[in-house]
Amino acid sequence: MRSSGRPGVSEILEKINFRAFVESIIAVAVGFLIGAIILLAFNYNPAEAYTALFRGGLASIDNIAATLHYSTPILLTALTFAIGARTGIFNIGAESSFYLGAIAAVAFTNIWGNLWFGLLMGMALGALWALPAALLKVYRGVHEVISTIMLNWIGWYLISWLIVGPYADPNNPIKTIKVPENARLPTIGNTVLSWGFIIAVVAAILVYFILWHTTLGFGMRASGYNQRAARYGGISPRAAMMWSFIIGGMASGLGGAMKIMGEYPGYAISQGGSNIYGFGFDGIGVSLVGRNHPLGIILSAIFFGMLKAGTSEMQQTGVPLEIVKLIQGIIIITVAIPGLYDLLKKGLRRAA
Amino acid sequence: MEVETIIFLLKTSLMAMVPIVLTSVGAVWSERAGVVSIGYEGVILASAFFGAIFAEISGHASIGLLGGLFIGALFGMLHGILTVYLKGDHVIPGIGINLLAAGLVPFGIMAYWGTAGQHQLPFKLWHFKIGNSEFSPMILVTVIVAIATWWVLFRTPLGLRVRACGENPEAADALGINVEKYRFWSTVYGHALAGLAGAYMSVDWLGLVHKTMSGGRGFIALANMVFSNWNPLLSLIGGWLFGFFDALAIWLAPKHIVPEQFIYMLPYIMTLVIVAGIIGKAKPPKWDGKPYKRE
Repeated sequence: MRSSGRPGVSEILEKINFRAFVESIIAVAVGFLIGAIILLAFNYNPAEAYTALFRGGLASIDNIAATLHYSTPILLTALTFAIGARTGIFNIGAESSFYLGAIAAVAFTNIWGNLWFGLLMGMALGALWALPAALLKVYRGVHEVISTIMLNWIGWYLISWLIVGPYADPNNPIKTIKVPENARLPTIGNTVLSWGFIIAVVAAILVYFILWHTTLGFGMRASGYNQRAARYGGISPRAAMMWSFIIGGMASGLGGAMKIMGEYPGYAISQGGSNIYGFGFDGIGVSLVGRNHPLGIILSAIFFGMLKAGTSEMQQTGVPLEIVKLIQGIIIITVAIPGLYDLLKKGLRRAA
Repeated sequence: MEVETIIFLLKTSLMAMVPIVLTSVGAVWSERAGVVSIGYEGVILASAFFGAIFAEISGHASIGLLGGLFIGALFGMLHGILTVYLKGDHVIPGIGINLLAAGLVPFGIMAYWGTAGQHQLPFKLWHFKIGNSEFSPMILVTVIVAIATWWVLFRTPLGLRVRACGENPEAADALGINVEKYRFWSTVYGHALAGLAGAYMSVDWLGLVHKTMSGGRGFIALANMVFSNWNPLLSLIGGWLFGFFDALAIWLAPKHIVPEQFIYMLPYIMTLVIVAGIIGKAKPPKWDGKPYKRE
């Protein structure tokens, strides 16, 4: 079988990092466990809450469509963080590139009502917004955590102004003008799910391909491992970092554009930016649980999308929806524990 | 400009300065020891919530402040264990803490007081009067903490050892300094000050708990830390400047001369320009954010 050139099952299994997979599962379990303890402490029934949460995300075709719908934007912002992480960069600027992608979609589709033009401009503005952090990093050695946080806030106030100012809907001042009908992403069947999900999955596979099957991607990963070694190998870490920010910005920009162009029935940004806020930060968690691997991210985005889709059903049992955010925070802190797998194994051995 | 306007701007900027300076000074100390944290935003929010609970249970706003300090220290211990002792990444736990607090606080407000989003406190901290204006004693505390932290950090052997842990932990270790211990307690101190800042916001300045009350102050404090080139005294001045922009925006907003969003943007743009090196390149401690493992 091996001579055929196709990888066998065992080789595929080897390629999937089993240890990383188990660590993510442990982190998720710890998140839910501590979440349950907090629910109990405040006199809620965790079993009831969690059952409703999973039912809301999975129980019917419509619920599953909602899960995939919610997973779309966070899949793309997670790619931004993952591309950065693979290049040795802490790019937490997905949040503001997402805003810029969203406002670009509104602005440019109203100039020319074309779907692809809107998506393209979303990606372009997302990348453009990542550029200052890239230039500061490459030419000034400014740490990207500081510059991307500053850009996130500048971007936030910029779009806050654009929403109430130039792009406010004159007939309905609680949101921006709408994306024209011929530039909207069609939905799949009779659900809330748009073709944006398919585009996001394709984007993840594309990022996987770039990182692992192109010279550029090799250079990016190499400078992520060891900049000095990469330089000896004839790779320019500067170019690798620049591309990392640019491709990352494009991913979030696309996410922001699709959030607005594919969201039935609004197709507009609401006042206060409430429907475009927080996706960049959620993406960081999605990426970490997906172990910064584009294919792992597809799975973890669907998982986090399911949590989002399930919250409204959980709320009906009287549990505040914010418990989900709390669980996400605990999952990320748990992911940050180094050698979690070994710690657990040691602990289990001692217990046995 | 009328006298009243000047007094308003001065008073508001001093009140707004407190949380930013306290957090910055804590972050400066912790980063001087080599530990980076971006979780201060979450610490401020969580401590504002728990500080209010402590205050209401005890009936004293000052107990609320201490409670905030304590909760901040707990977060510092969590961050310290992950980064200093387990040698984990410095940025990821901060992201987790921020998310955790963003979920915990609205959940807690709902679960504890049964209201969505906001809870008003029945009392505030005692204020002293100058003329017709009231001032919080926390303004004085903040100034004292900033000066004292600078003095200890740059004028005492303790400060020298802390800075050695951030600049050259190998040399510090060779001199018999317990790098892990210094780094751990520096992290605790940094987060405790952020906790005090959070409790100040709920039990003193605003007199309420709101689910987004931290409003980016944890991040502004980090920007101010860079702005001040990791110096507590400059953090005090920088923090007041940030507070002044807050006050200016509050004063200008109803006048509609400039969209208020552009005023809010200014401190962040300033920080970017400054770190870009137009005024002078900001230099973090050499081993900032790098785990130190003994050979």
